[in-house]
Amino acid sequence: MNITLNGIEQAVGTGASVTTLVSLVTGRKLAANGQAADGQRLGVAVARNSEVVPRSQWHSTALAEGDDIELVTAVQGG
Amino acid sequence: MTATTATTMAGAQGAGMADPLVIDGVELTSRLIMGTGGAPSLDGLGAALLASGTELTTVAMRRYSPAETGSLFQLLLDNNIRVLPNTAGCFTARDAVMTAELAREALETDWVKLEVIADEHTLLPDAVELVDATEQLVNRGFKVFAYTNDDPVLALRLENLGATAVMPLGSPIGTGLGILNPHNIELIVSRASVPVVLDAGIGTASDAALAMELGCDAVLLATAVTRAQNPPVMGEAFKHAVIAGRLAKAAGRIPRREHALASSAMEGRAEFL
Repeated sequence: MNITLNGIEQAVGTGASVTTLVSLVTGRKLAANGQAADGQRLGVAVARNSEVVPRSQWHSTALAEGDDIELVTAVQGG
Repeated sequence: MTATTATTMAGAQGAGMADPLVIDGVELTSRLIMGTGGAPSLDGLGAALLASGTELTTVAMRRYSPAETGSLFQLLLDNNIRVLPNTAGCFTARDAVMTAELAREALETDWVKLEVIADEHTLLPDAVELVDATEQLVNRGFKVFAYTNDDPVLALRLENLGATAVMPLGSPIGTGLGILNPHNIELIVSRASVPVVLDAGIGTASDAALAMELGCDAVLLATAVTRAQNPPVMGEAFKHAVIAGRLAKAAGRIPRREHALASSAMEGRAEFL
C-alpha cells in the first residue's frame, strides 16, 4: 500500500505499524513503548493525518492506505 | 527590584556566588540562551555553544532526513544543554500548536519557544496569532516562552495568558541592529513578573550587555555567534557580556548629567606662580 512520508509517496508493507516505519527510516531498533532499543533518546515525533501519534501508541497504530505521515526531528534553528 | 536586593545580588555576584535564572523551577547558571541557526557545521556549533557557557539552547523542528549526519539533539544531550524547541516558520496559531505538540513528543519537554511570524520579509511576530497560540498552548500544559514584539501592552497580555517567559525582540531576527527601543524594553521589564528574555536582533556583545543593564533576565541570540567570523570567541564574548550587564544593573549606574563633574577635588591643588 502507499502512504505519503514527509511529502513523498512511498510503498510500505500492508499492516505496517508506525513503529515499523520509524524504525525503517531512522535505522534504529524500537521497543514496544516507542523508545529506542539502545536506550538512547530517539528525538523524533510522528503526525498521522495532522494528528500527533504519541510514541506509546506507535506500536498499536497500523498505517492505512493514503496516510499522510510527517516524521520530524530537531534541527538547527532559532 | 528593591535597593536591598540589588545590593545583596551585587554582593553575591561580586563574591562569585550563584545568581541563577529560575524558570519553571529550573535553575540556570548562565543567562545566555543560545539559538543554533546559521552554523555551517555541527562541530563548529558545538564549540561555540561550549564557549558561550549556555545551558539552554533552541532547536527547530523539521522533517527527518536520513541523509543528515549527526544529531543536534544528541549534541545537546552530550553537553548537558537543555533543549528549547521553537516553532520557527509558523505563520498561524494552528501550525504553532501542532509544531509544539510534535516537539514535546520528540524531545520530551513541555518548554516551547513560541514564534508565530507575520511574514518572511520582516519575521516580526503576528500579535493576533501569538495571543491565540499562547492561550492554546498554556491550556495544553506547555511552558510558553513567547517571542514577542517590543510592545509593553502585548508582553503583559502574554504574561496574563500564562506565558512562562516573555521574549521581546531588540530588532528583527538576524538583523544585528541591536536594541532599537530600549525604553520599551525597560517598560516591559518594569511591569513583568515573569522572566524577560531579550530575543532577536543582537549584533555584538555590547548589545547583550545593554539588554541586561535594561533589566532583562536573560538574552537569547543565535546569528551573532553562529555567523561571526570566529563563533567560539564570539560565544565567549557574549558569556562575559551577559555577566557584565547583569552586574552593572545590580550595581546601579550613575545618573546621566548635562555637564561635566570633576572626580578630583579642586581643593589642595599646588599653585604655580
